Amino acid sequence: MTLTTEPEATSTTATADPRIRDGRLVPEVIRAEFPILWTTNAHGRPLVYLDSASSSQKPLAVIETMDTYYREYNANVHRGIYEIGERATAAYEAARTSVARFINAPDRHEIVFTRNATEAINLVAYSWGRRNIGAGDVIVLTEMEHHANLVPWQLLVQEKDGDLEFIPITDDGVLRLDVFEVLLRLKPKLVAFTHVSNTLGTINPVAEMTRLAHEAGALVLIDGAQAVPHVPVDVQAIEADFYVFSGHKMLAPTGSGALWARRELLESMPPFLAGGEMIREVHLRRSEWNDIPWKFEAGTPDIAAEIGMGAAAEYLMTLGMGRVREHERELLDYALPAIAAAHPEVALYGPMDPAIRGGVIPFNIPGIHPHDVAQVLDRSGIAVRAGHHCTMPLHERLDLPATARASFNVYTTRADIDALITGIAEVKRVFGV
Amino acid sequence: MDDLYRDYILEHYRRPHNFGVLEHANASHEGANPLCGDRITLQLRLADGKIAGVGFTGRGCAISQASASLLTDEIKGKPVVDAASLTSKDVLDLLGIDISPARLKCALLSLETLQHALADAARPAATTATSTPADAAATTPAAGRTT
Repeated sequence: MTLTTEPEATSTTATADPRIRDGRLVPEVIRAEFPILWTTNAHGRPLVYLDSASSSQKPLAVIETMDTYYREYNANVHRGIYEIGERATAAYEAARTSVARFINAPDRHEIVFTRNATEAINLVAYSWGRRNIGAGDVIVLTEMEHHANLVPWQLLVQEKDGDLEFIPITDDGVLRLDVFEVLLRLKPKLVAFTHVSNTLGTINPVAEMTRLAHEAGALVLIDGAQAVPHVPVDVQAIEADFYVFSGHKMLAPTGSGALWARRELLESMPPFLAGGEMIREVHLRRSEWNDIPWKFEAGTPDIAAEIGMGAAAEYLMTLGMGRVREHERELLDYALPAIAAAHPEVALYGPMDPAIRGGVIPFNIPGIHPHDVAQVLDRSGIAVRAGHHCTMPLHERLDLPATARASFNVYTTRADIDALITGIAEVKRVFGV
Repeated sequence: MDDLYRDYILEHYRRPHNFGVLEHANASHEGANPLCGDRITLQLRLADGKIAGVGFTGRGCAISQASASLLTDEIKGKPVVDAASLTSKDVLDLLGIDISPARLKCALLSLETLQHALADAARPAATTATSTPADAAATTPAAGRTT
């Protein structure tokens, strides 16, 4: 396999990195580090991957990090008194440090590894939620939440006889902060919202929302699954209480993810899953818990995946999240008018201002169901998502049965957008519209 | 896969047969694939053990709507027992295209809806001796949700 980053690149200055030119990402160079983008489909067409909001592709840096673990030092963590066991533990804990640095967490012990964002939210709902939410207590969510940041709270309030309230959205998918301020008069115990909408791409004003919530005495959980791959995230600047994300959307393997929470919160919370690793002392009728974060990491974790997540965080930090954000904003600047010009009848959803929007483009071709759109695009090697993207209430709010969705990542190029525009023309040809 | 959108499939999608509200219907069911947003309301007029009339309304992908068009053509005027014994394979044969696993639910929504409608019709009267296999198949909770 050929690597585009030659070994000596690390020993020279950062400006020698061929993936960055004039302070901008060069996606054509970055693509060479993602082996799957070298492949073709059954029709011999190269892969045009526009479904990164669903799951991102993985660079060689991540794949090879995991491969090395399995080939050279596969062993359980925090147990083996032997060389490869110690090496595995060191790599696993180094990944925690990388992930902490990635979101500017003040303390690496505040990073709890989970399987994904969903598990992280469930951890908070079961552990913090069951101790802190009671009858009549209010949790404020938004109309744009992924089911992962909705259903765990439904279960919690059903069990505890609490209430859910929802911040509504405008027709172009922006949160109504004026209504949020009214909802805060209900003195919610928790406000939970997404940082970036997986369906509309809306980048929410999380720091302002957190400030408002804190003034009303609420804690704040932010679903960062769609934010960490695309925008710089600083949990200290946001002043969040809980921040969750998946690895697989940020170039890391499936099975990796993290919960960040302030130390005093994690220390006050009871365990979620119980078993090995999370204990300090076990007696037949009682046990004492391990320190954070291990208190919340029962059982053998997905070691290779979390080590891979550390490599993905390092990879993204090398590219620079500010540059990643700027790359995707430029792509949006290009794509939104280009699609509208080539296909004026195509309906585009979400905020049209790239300044408050991530690289997500939901769309519909009038008269053609999104599944049919995706199926015809697939013949041209173009992968987009079709359906409700795990946001059924949001689609109901917008009165849409489903949408097709194109989404970007660091390896997305203008050529991918051009391919989509040509692909949409082909869909229209097949359906005669 | 290349042949998924054959002309006759697109023709059934654009101008579906038996599309519209059926007058004097005495059996009906609304079926949906909540995950894709396909939705079909199937109405039947059952008389003398036959499907005397059939109509459907709905919206969804080309596969789900073409399948409903073809299936309603197939059952019109047929004995109820014949309609009730139609299988997934029968419907896929009617469509005559290779359906990928991801699109099976779209292709079979109309059949599932038909089975529910016939089972519902057989249940309250409890006198007609329509065969029970369709009834048993129709009691699965998967289809028919409206969200």
